[in-house]
Amino acid sequence: MARTLLRVPATVTRGEVVEIRTLIQHPMETGFRSGENGRMLSRDIIRRFTCLYNNRPVFEAELHPAIAANPYLTFTLRVDESGILAFTWEGDNGFSQTETRTLTVA
Amino acid sequence: MRQLAAAALAALTLGAAPRSGFETMTPELQAMQRDDLANPGMLYVADGEALWAQEGCGSCHAVAAMRGVAARYPALDAASQTPIDLTDRIAQCREARQGKPALPPEAAPMLALAAFVAHQSRGMPLQPDAQLEGARRQGEALFRERRGQLNLSCAQCHDDNAGRKLAGSTIPEGHANGYPLYRLEWQGLGSLQRRLRNCIAGVRSEPYPPGAPEYVALEAYLAARARGLVVESPAVRP
Ligand code: HEC
Ligand code: HEC
Repeated sequence: MARTLLRVPATVTRGEVVEIRTLIQHPMETGFRSGENGRMLSRDIIRRFTCLYNNRPVFEAELHPAIAANPYLTFTLRVDESGILAFTWEGDNGFSQTETRTLTVA
Repeated sequence: MRQLAAAALAALTLGAAPRSGFETMTPELQAMQRDDLANPGMLYVADGEALWAQEGCGSCHAVAAMRGVAARYPALDAASQTPIDLTDRIAQCREARQGKPALPPEAAPMLALAAFVAHQSRGMPLQPDAQLEGARRQGEALFRERRGQLNLSCAQCHDDNAGRKLAGSTIPEGHANGYPLYRLEWQGLGSLQRRLRNCIAGVRSEPYPPGAPEYVALEAYLAARARGLVVESPAVRP
């Protein structure tokens, strides 16, 4: 499991626009670099990030080799109801990780 | 006239408080370092915390006892009477006290352990070890010695030209108060010795071999030179 740092407000008021910040530990190896033995290092990147809010997609991103290691993504979201945010990162070599957080409308 | 010049020089050297590399970074990078949920170095601190438990460091040390430790390294090793840095100390605990095989000093687990230990001292002022006077002097001489095809000393960049540009980068005063730190260019966490090798190779000089005493001597001088700054580990740098 890759380590993640997620900033999700614990409680929000109805209709509030909140900023969500996500950071995940990943080498984002481009596939264009050679290793110590001179051979090319095979590509190992996260290719897709999705955020579902109560199973409805609210943010998606495609990632490419030029994106730095440990990708940091932030986005905003309007919250009308309490629910569950599910963050999923998918990538090369079968990489797939999902983290969930609860958002409560106070 | 000469007296005036001498007074001005004294004011410069005595009056100028050291400025951390943090001060010359962009506001965006400063915000990244300050926010524990945006500072990628915190990922490695979390790795280090897990390793601390896994490696049994807790059987001899309370985490709370690590507070302030990084602020006074490099330090004199009582047994060998030689100066050692934080990484050397952790290696000593693993190898001599736990009988475990050596970890490569720049490999992820050692960096993570050092980051976890150093993080416990975040915000504390550096307290250079007064017993390291010899190493500090040697380090200062190395700092002032010209080297490499470019024939430049550390001091020519970090004392004489701090704040000016070297290609795209701002030359910092070269303080070592945030290591191990996350460097965007490295796309990962790196040690102070890695930074020193980069600066030495940057003037087209041959870096000292890994583990050479010159590194710890330079580290001892850097610690004395940065007196007054606080530990920032894990810092973020461009
Ligand atoms: C068997 C007991 C033991 C274990 C296990 C152990 N240490 Fe230590 N450690 C010591 C002793 C004893 C010292 C004091 C050495 C001295 O001052 O000469 C020390 C000193 C240190 C210091 C320096 C403290 C200071 O005040 O200067 C650090 C940092 C440290 N250990 C980290 C670690 C880490 C990280 C681990 C796990 C990988 C670890 N130790 C495992 C016994 C242990
Ligand atoms: C040609 C100029 C130059 C020379 C000579 C040089 N450095 Fe540097 N040094 C830099 C630059 C530029 C940076 C910052 C790199 C960056 O962040 O992009 C730096 C960074 C550093 C840092 C990190 C500062 C921080 O805030 O983390 C330290 C420590 C350091 N140098 C020490 C040294 C030492 C010791 C020497 C001599 C062995 C040396 N440097 C020689 C240009 C130089």
